[in-house]
Amino acid sequence: MYGLGIVKGMYTTLMHLVRPPFTRQYPEEPVPISQRFRGYDFAWVEERCTGCATCAKACPHGVIDIITESLGDNRYAVERFDIDIGLCMVCGLCVEACPYDALFMGIGFELSSDRRWDLVVHKEDIANRGKFSAYYRTPLKEKIADREEITEIYNPSTGQNTPHA
Amino acid sequence: MNGDIHNFFNIDGAIVSALSGILPAWALVIVAGLIGIIALLVFLVPSQLATIWIERKLIGRFQIRYGPNRVGLFGLLQPLADAVKIVGKESITPAGVDKWVFWLAPIVTFIPALLVYAVIPFGPNLILADLDIGILYLISISSLGVIPVFMAGWSSNNKYALLGAMRSVAQMVSYEIPLVLSIISVVMMTGSLKIGEMVSFQADNLWMFLLQPLALLIFFISASAELNRTPMDIVEGESEIIAGYHTEYSGFKFSMFYVAEYTNVLAVSAILSAVFFGGWLSAPILDLLPAWLWFIAKIYFFFCVFVWIRATLPRMRADQLMGLAWKFLLPLALVNILVTGIEVYMNLHPLLISFINIALAIGLVAGWSELIGNRAVRNERRQYIPVVPVVR
Amino acid sequence: MVAQDSAIKTQPIVINMGPQHPSTHGVFRLRLVLDGETVIDVEPVFGYLHRSKEKLEEERTYLQTLPITDRMDYLSSMTNNLGCSMAIEKLANIPVPERAQYLRVIMAELTRISSHCFAQGMQLQEMGAWATPLMYFIREREKIIDLFEMVSGARLTFNYIRPGGVSQDIPPEFIPACYKFIDEMPGYIDEYEQLLVQNEILRSRTMGVGVLPRDLAINSGASGPVLRASGINWDLRKQDPYLVYDRFDFDVPVGQHGDTYDRFMVRMYEMRESVKIVRQALDQLPPGPVTANLPIVIIPPPGDAYAHIETARGTLGFYMVSDGGANPWRFHVRAPSLINLTALREMIIGHKVADTVVIFGSIDIVLGEVDR
Repeated sequence: MYGLGIVKGMYTTLMHLVRPPFTRQYPEEPVPISQRFRGYDFAWVEERCTGCATCAKACPHGVIDIITESLGDNRYAVERFDIDIGLCMVCGLCVEACPYDALFMGIGFELSSDRRWDLVVHKEDIANRGKFSAYYRTPLKEKIADREEITEIYNPSTGQNTPHA
Repeated sequence: MNGDIHNFFNIDGAIVSALSGILPAWALVIVAGLIGIIALLVFLVPSQLATIWIERKLIGRFQIRYGPNRVGLFGLLQPLADAVKIVGKESITPAGVDKWVFWLAPIVTFIPALLVYAVIPFGPNLILADLDIGILYLISISSLGVIPVFMAGWSSNNKYALLGAMRSVAQMVSYEIPLVLSIISVVMMTGSLKIGEMVSFQADNLWMFLLQPLALLIFFISASAELNRTPMDIVEGESEIIAGYHTEYSGFKFSMFYVAEYTNVLAVSAILSAVFFGGWLSAPILDLLPAWLWFIAKIYFFFCVFVWIRATLPRMRADQLMGLAWKFLLPLALVNILVTGIEVYMNLHPLLISFINIALAIGLVAGWSELIGNRAVRNERRQYIPVVPVVR
Repeated sequence: MVAQDSAIKTQPIVINMGPQHPSTHGVFRLRLVLDGETVIDVEPVFGYLHRSKEKLEEERTYLQTLPITDRMDYLSSMTNNLGCSMAIEKLANIPVPERAQYLRVIMAELTRISSHCFAQGMQLQEMGAWATPLMYFIREREKIIDLFEMVSGARLTFNYIRPGGVSQDIPPEFIPACYKFIDEMPGYIDEYEQLLVQNEILRSRTMGVGVLPRDLAINSGASGPVLRASGINWDLRKQDPYLVYDRFDFDVPVGQHGDTYDRFMVRMYEMRESVKIVRQALDQLPPGPVTANLPIVIIPPPGDAYAHIETARGTLGFYMVSDGGANPWRFHVRAPSLINLTALREMIIGHKVADTVVIFGSIDIVLGEVDR
């Protein structure tokens, strides 16, 4: 008989009316973010970086710009370490390529800006960012924390860690 | 004027009788009419905002999301924000349009939408004009709705708009017929074209949806086709012909179409509740609330049913829609008229009529759809044979 | 059906559906010739999204090609990575650890579910169901994307499957989360079927609409659900088992009529089969390394290699020629979306405008892959 399928469908939607919504109220409600999240929020450890530019070579789009100055004794000082986030496609290959664990990707993804050139982050912006609650690097050397163990989340807009609900 | 909320429509009478000594008779008629119009607008304007909010919120909940909740408490100010946005948009008149018709169509579309409310009874005697030909007036006015749609589609100089307009003419003209025929069987039972008397007939007997279930079904389907709402919104099917007849409209002109649509939905809900669901009559136990509140509650209930349907069903195709009107609804309406005529002639008891008609409705719908329906669509159980092939 | 001897003079009208149209899945253009509502001729026009991905990849090292393949079929990035990695492995004779193969199967099948979810939702959206089925399908797709985010760190362009395995091992919370998902997914599929499969409007909109006959399906080179709905039992997971697909027990649903409804139902059944495969792969998941420790710059010997896999849309093939350098000398993609469009004209002609978008949606193309 005609109409039974329609009635079934109507019943299904009616049952969904009483279910709680599955969408998240994003700016107020924190989004659960994986420990491995690859965000635009780069972090760079100055002491570990030798200026070898492996990351710049690994980048498919060449968004990393490194200028080094020789200090003698086969050591280099990094004069300039610019990442053009406007071109970056967050593949994470630079982080994986770094042989000295000097480059990380943080969880920030709220990095919109009014000007094109604000999207280029410089050495000073990303050096020594402090603790991340989540970051992308490989191979993971430490045991990965379970999601429940996350106590705070790095909030890129304020630049501080905030307690995780 | 005894201050009873049940009788607040007497304000009109009180004002008129107070002025009767001062003004001439013709002026009194105008004053009485104006009071009624203002009262209607007091109902309609907040209803526009409420329906838009209810529709967006309900569809949101049907789709297990929140719906508007940013502007004001529970997003209650969202319709106002929408209105501000839509009025603030540039009102574009594209090159090559027929300017007169293009500008006239949004205005004309609103007139039938408002005129319908003249005969809708919000309570006993709470009716702007209880015409003797009430239901006939209603149908003729609502069938005017096709003209502005075609004006808009033709004048836009856009092929999508033209397609939408053509579809709208075909659809609305087809669905007028089952709409009228379903009403005829109701009129035969009540013996009056007055909507007020239709309601008082239901007060004496059973409510009409028990007496005429088949007419209710036909009326409901045809009316939602007249409204261009989702299972039948081929006129503005947004995934096919971008927005149909109002593709080229923007800004305030678009908002006129938008508002007229909701006004029409409310009007159809009002007719449904007046003709089939007892109008202002209260449910048997709960007659504490005033009559007009019952009526408005029924209107909003049917509006929610329309939203529910919109949230669930996919759109039908134009030719299938015509097929539904001509092959399914029209014969059933004719059979219904015949059976109703026999019942009225034999003067059966309402309970018996109700019993016969419910059985008739179920039998006819099932039997007729078995007879004319597409067999494959009806009951084909296709096999998706899970074949496990030989692995090379 | 042009009226010939009638007094009313009619003429066909030409409509450009797209490149900006709500239901062309991106910047795709259909040049329709209409007689009233009936389509009498149609010409698909594409290339608006051409980004020269193949040439870009010839300029990059083998590892750097992977993030670019993500951007082709952006609804199933994982399988793009998989195909590209398999071609590179074939070219350079790279062994893949067993655990990595199982992980690849899990990711590929989850990708198939998520891609089909989106395809079905958009299909209903094009039939005018006001986004309700789409929202229900997206609810499950989001859960899969959460799983992918857990393992790879991204939500759309995963770049997880690499030559020689996968980029990193799954986190410990992945396995319970994945089990939870595949436990509840069949219930959700039941819900979709309750909502959609018996719906008379959907059935009358899809049954007998856009029939792709058996021989035309073969001749046009169609693959994936479009081919299987036409009654041809061709699934590379069975016919040319790659990875460890021969260790799993699953069926390949095959339609009989080749119409839009069959394509819809084949996808619905494939989602169930994919759930079965994921469950078996999780049960059998062996311990061990997940990647063959490769250098960052892979230099394969000169030669060529072609690897093909069964993605949600059909046979995705990668052909690479190496001249012994660090970059591929030639890089070619056999994109299923593009080749499934071959028979579009024959499927659409004679139907109504409203059917055009439904047939077009049932092929389930991704413009990023069509134009590359």
